[in-house]
Amino acid sequence: MQENNQKEQKCCCGEEKKDKFLEELFSTYKPIKDNLIQMLNEIQEHYGYVPMWVQKELSEFLSVPMAEIYGVVTFYSRFSLKPKGKYNISVCLGTACFVKGSQKIMDRLLERLKIQPGETTPDGKFSIEETRCVGACGLAPVFTINGEVYGKATVQKLDQVLDELMK
Amino acid sequence: MKEELITLTIDGQEVKAKKGTTILQAAKTVGIDIPTLCFLKDINEVGDCRMCIVEIEGRRGFATSCIQKVEEGMVVHTNTQNVSEARRVILDLILSNHHRDCLTCTRNGNCELQQLAKKFNVLDIEFEGEISEHEIDNLSPSIVRDFNKCILCRRCVATCKNVQEIGAIDCINRGFESCISTVGNYSLNDVNCTNCGQCIQSCPTGALHEKETIDDVWMKLKDPDTYVIAQTAPAVRVALGEEFGMDIGTNVTGKMVTALQRLGFDKVFDTNTGADFTIMEEANEFIERFTENDNLPMITSCSPGWVKYIEMNYPELLPHLSTCKSPHQMLGSLLKTYYAKKEGINPEKIYVVSIMPCVAKKFERQRPEMKNNGLCDVDNVITTRELSRMIKQANIEFENLEENKFDNPMGEATGAGAIFGTTGGVMEAALRTAQDTLTGKDLDKIDFEQVRGGDGIKKATVNIAGKDINVVAASGLANAKKILEEIKEGKADYQFVEIMACPGGCVMGGGQPIKSSKIRSEVDVRKLRADALYSIDEKSTIRKSHENPVVKKIYEEYLEKPGSYRAEKLLHTKYQKREKYQL
Amino acid sequence: MKTIEELHKIRKDKREELDLRVNTKSDTREKHILVCHGTGCTSSKSPEILKRFREILKEKDIKNVRVIKTGCFGLCAKGPIVIIRPEDTFYAMVTPDDCEEIIQTHIIEGNKVERLLCKDIDGNVVDRLDDLAFYKKQKRIALKNCGVINPEEIDEYIAFDGYLALEKVLTEMKPDEVINIIKESGIRGRGGAGFPTGKKWELTKAYEDKQKYVVCNADEGDPGAFMDRSILEGDPHSVLEAMAIAGYTIGANKGFIYVRAEYPIAVQRLKIAISQARDYGILGKNIFGTDFSFDIEIRLGAGAFVCGEETALLESIEGKRGQPRLKPPYPAEHGLWGKPTLINNVETYANIAQIILKGSKWYSSIGTENSKGTKVFALGGNVNNIGLVEVPMGTTLREIVYDIGGGIPNGRDFKAAQTGGPSGGCIPKEHLDTPIDYESLKEIGSMMGSGGLIVMDDTKCMVSLAKFYLEFTVSESCGKCTPCRIGTKRMLEILEKLCNGEGSESDIYKLEKLATNIQKSSICGLGQSAPNPVISTLKYFRDEFKEHAIDKECKTLECKALSKITIDEEKCKGCGLCQKHCPVNAIEGEAREKRTINQEKCIKCGTCLANCPFHAIG
Repeated sequence: MQENNQKEQKCCCGEEKKDKFLEELFSTYKPIKDNLIQMLNEIQEHYGYVPMWVQKELSEFLSVPMAEIYGVVTFYSRFSLKPKGKYNISVCLGTACFVKGSQKIMDRLLERLKIQPGETTPDGKFSIEETRCVGACGLAPVFTINGEVYGKATVQKLDQVLDELMK
Repeated sequence: MKEELITLTIDGQEVKAKKGTTILQAAKTVGIDIPTLCFLKDINEVGDCRMCIVEIEGRRGFATSCIQKVEEGMVVHTNTQNVSEARRVILDLILSNHHRDCLTCTRNGNCELQQLAKKFNVLDIEFEGEISEHEIDNLSPSIVRDFNKCILCRRCVATCKNVQEIGAIDCINRGFESCISTVGNYSLNDVNCTNCGQCIQSCPTGALHEKETIDDVWMKLKDPDTYVIAQTAPAVRVALGEEFGMDIGTNVTGKMVTALQRLGFDKVFDTNTGADFTIMEEANEFIERFTENDNLPMITSCSPGWVKYIEMNYPELLPHLSTCKSPHQMLGSLLKTYYAKKEGINPEKIYVVSIMPCVAKKFERQRPEMKNNGLCDVDNVITTRELSRMIKQANIEFENLEENKFDNPMGEATGAGAIFGTTGGVMEAALRTAQDTLTGKDLDKIDFEQVRGGDGIKKATVNIAGKDINVVAASGLANAKKILEEIKEGKADYQFVEIMACPGGCVMGGGQPIKSSKIRSEVDVRKLRADALYSIDEKSTIRKSHENPVVKKIYEEYLEKPGSYRAEKLLHTKYQKREKYQL
Repeated sequence: MKTIEELHKIRKDKREELDLRVNTKSDTREKHILVCHGTGCTSSKSPEILKRFREILKEKDIKNVRVIKTGCFGLCAKGPIVIIRPEDTFYAMVTPDDCEEIIQTHIIEGNKVERLLCKDIDGNVVDRLDDLAFYKKQKRIALKNCGVINPEEIDEYIAFDGYLALEKVLTEMKPDEVINIIKESGIRGRGGAGFPTGKKWELTKAYEDKQKYVVCNADEGDPGAFMDRSILEGDPHSVLEAMAIAGYTIGANKGFIYVRAEYPIAVQRLKIAISQARDYGILGKNIFGTDFSFDIEIRLGAGAFVCGEETALLESIEGKRGQPRLKPPYPAEHGLWGKPTLINNVETYANIAQIILKGSKWYSSIGTENSKGTKVFALGGNVNNIGLVEVPMGTTLREIVYDIGGGIPNGRDFKAAQTGGPSGGCIPKEHLDTPIDYESLKEIGSMMGSGGLIVMDDTKCMVSLAKFYLEFTVSESCGKCTPCRIGTKRMLEILEKLCNGEGSESDIYKLEKLATNIQKSSICGLGQSAPNPVISTLKYFRDEFKEHAIDKECKTLECKALSKITIDEEKCKGCGLCQKHCPVNAIEGEAREKRTINQEKCIKCGTCLANCPFHAIG
């Protein structure tokens, strides 16, 4: 299982120097506002979230106010402001999965991890996401862990997987 | 060429309207007042709130009358059963997610949402539900954000982002969680906000308002040991009356002075006198820099929102800024030195309250540079609106007050000081003094029409003592940005630049009486207030700052001459590079 | 760069080589093992299967057998799917461990692996793909190449007449002629609203501008729909070709595909396809030596359903929050960066090349009076054959659910089908024979939508379903206009009240009042259609709402607060299995005696229901 690529970066104070990734990113894209979402997609992919200090760098680079960047980051559900857990579990709540009982899977997950969707456990190990259709409707209901699909899910199956990961 | 008129029908009436007119405007010409909420002429024409919906025959769904242009033969219905029910539901929904504590709201009686609720005779809320909760941000010295009152009209965002091109606030999140916020919901104090307060002017409700400090003023007024001095900026006197039902642009100088005296201020002085000092120093600085071709163009520094803007965004251009303090700071500084000494008052006992059309002045007075011998030049800044509240609290019938004169000596001012309150005014006042100084004559040509008027950028070339001087007056920070970019790129051939943060200058400052969207689309508020200032100037016997006898006297007795060591110390300041975001 | 002649040669040679893919009687000595690499099958390890096959072939040194990666075959419920051509043998639910046996038995010995052959609903073995009832009523136009070609090989696309339509258009036709064919074909937008495609092209062409754009809407956000994804994964070139044709027709030289970042496979295959097309000179400057230049860029969405709305999509491409613009002006006039822009969805584009090649008459002969051609549906929910189906317009819901879908599993009854996702509505049993086309669906309170078709059995609560859709809308509303931002939230709150047993009859009226007003006054399609699931369930299942509101009862047990589980005394045999499984010890009764449920303890989890061998609990 692929673990989330987590980089410890100080956040918010703007003291950090641009790292290699950002330097490369800034040399690939032209500094025009149209590129904001494309760049954020790469940033999310790389850091696992969109750190505040990166938003600040991006604001300088694109000459876009931070509030606007923050507005875009908070608009799209793919972007997150906090690092995701080592195991990012997302439960499909698309209709096909919902009809097949994915809400029960989600309820169980929330009960076991004691966090809400979009949150990460205090130990940084797990985070939960709601997703709408991962496209594996034939396997409904499904959940994914770091992108790996677990199909025809049941509460028991989820429990087994969680027990394994908690060891 | 005759303009093409379009004929359409609105609620059964035939209407002729110019091409490009919206249904909203066209309806107004036949006495139909379609309700709006998010609409703010030329600034926010987006149709988000859905209050102004109308039906057009032959079209599916509703049309948005604040945007939809008239078309030939269009048949519009503005008040069908369908439309009125939908509007009522929309208003209900807005109210259902609004903290309805109107009685204790700063906009009580002057709230566009409240007026709509009244208009629609809303007596109960049908669709109650969860109400969004937001923490109040009152850490900025200028602006308070209380987004529990926000209705997501986004007029403030459009103003901050498009008119001022700052973008300190924007819409974040989505759906029901949407709200207007700074980055990461940090305080306005910690982000790129310039404190101009234009957002307050555009807010229909009490979601944005000034940081009120009148309680401190009351406290000092009641303290017999404190010598409380008021000074009032030029733009206040042509707007204060509006808060008491008077026409926009009424000059209420005399009543204002009387009211301040009645409130218990020990002295009531005129910031215009401070403005005359500013001109003395600024004209002198300009002549020096112009002669030596040093850091030209020189840019004015009276507008604290503008100063913060350049400190954050163009620190490399700070040497262009005049080192002059703004008029009320100069006056405050003189009050605690020259005046205190002369009157034998302990400067520590003096409490200077500036009444300003501006919320950025609240920030400015706190700057560490604005101190002398450990004392602030100015101890409190209240806005035009706050003064009106004090007058009301004191049960003063403003409309019926007799008209008094400012106290001496700092009550004597010139017409040049008065026009400081409008865009182009500082430039004009400075040119009057500069041309006399450079030519050594008392010239009669003192009206510089080229820099008057409501345009955001006004360029002119004036010939003084045989030399052409290129000048420009810009108001609104988006316009300021254009000028700065020109300077930065070396494309600018100006010698003297006046910049004011608020579009139209101080008369349209963030601390002035708030005009509803409706009034703003019907009346040119800026022009009415500015005209009143020009009229004060015109009627003044002395219209050049350097001819002000008080100014002359104080230079003789105390300051020596413009730019002297003492003048530098008391009347000039310095600037600093500022981080836009302190997260 | 390839010349037209070179492309013709590739087409001819490759077509011969690939004849076995479509011709069971092909006299080739080769065999192709096709392994589905759609998202569904990929999720259940089809890449490993592919790898395994190749390893074994290498080990055993078998020549003349190729293993091919393809797009989706459609029958996702039976995945991972392996098909062997030319004989068209269909193996279902294959695992990597089965590969050895398939090679040994099928390839080497020439026999079928019986246990892996697909069985139909009645348990009969079906060894050929085309014999499955699932495929019989289908007509594949948009999905023509899906499951036939390797989507990562441009030559395979070219072999099946790929880029022939573009060549024809560029070398033989004027833009107006293209528009005429598209108009005459009668094709309408497959994204949901069904605006006539030819008219859209014509409108966009009419606006004069030096810069225009062609956009492909691949932001398929409807939960439970995966038609567009399957096309992009299985036949990406068909979309590129149609976009280039559109570019030529309306006068645009630049195209954007806005695709969900949640579709990594589709994105990857699009990237490959674009780069191959550029290498061949099919995208880029002076295509086929003409003065027409056209290139395409991919833009990734970042998880916002509203970006499927065309103007929100444009905002998003411009790097902003995906908040819809007011219309008019329409994108045809004022689109991307204010320029005239043509936006069509994936499935619409996937039909274009074939309309050009086979003619408008051919296309308009398929379908109904006002809805021409075929429609792809993602069939899901409580139905046996979950998967992707393409049927002629006018096919009835009954045919799709029962003939193609194989009916409802577990012996349950059909209750409703949902089309159009969060913007659509529920279709009850009495409308099962409605022919599916744009107008008929609208008439019965649903809509075509992008093609999600979710079947629900009689264990589903319609109030909960309405709540589910409203939850979706509330979390996906952009927040720009009042009715959608606050109104849908209020609707959801009322539905929550109803499901929790805190509702009253007046709530139903409130719900209706909100619904009609949100429909009328919202800015965009999302808000205007958000109340549809509520309006249609209220229309057909009003009694169920009343039961929730007045009787405080939910017969399906889905609304826990309102459901009561009881044991039928007559059916109970006293086996005690329910008692054994009950997690909260709510079931009382002595051994071998009839059991009862202590309602105070019961948490309505349904475990007892699932474990009762006598169906005594309900």
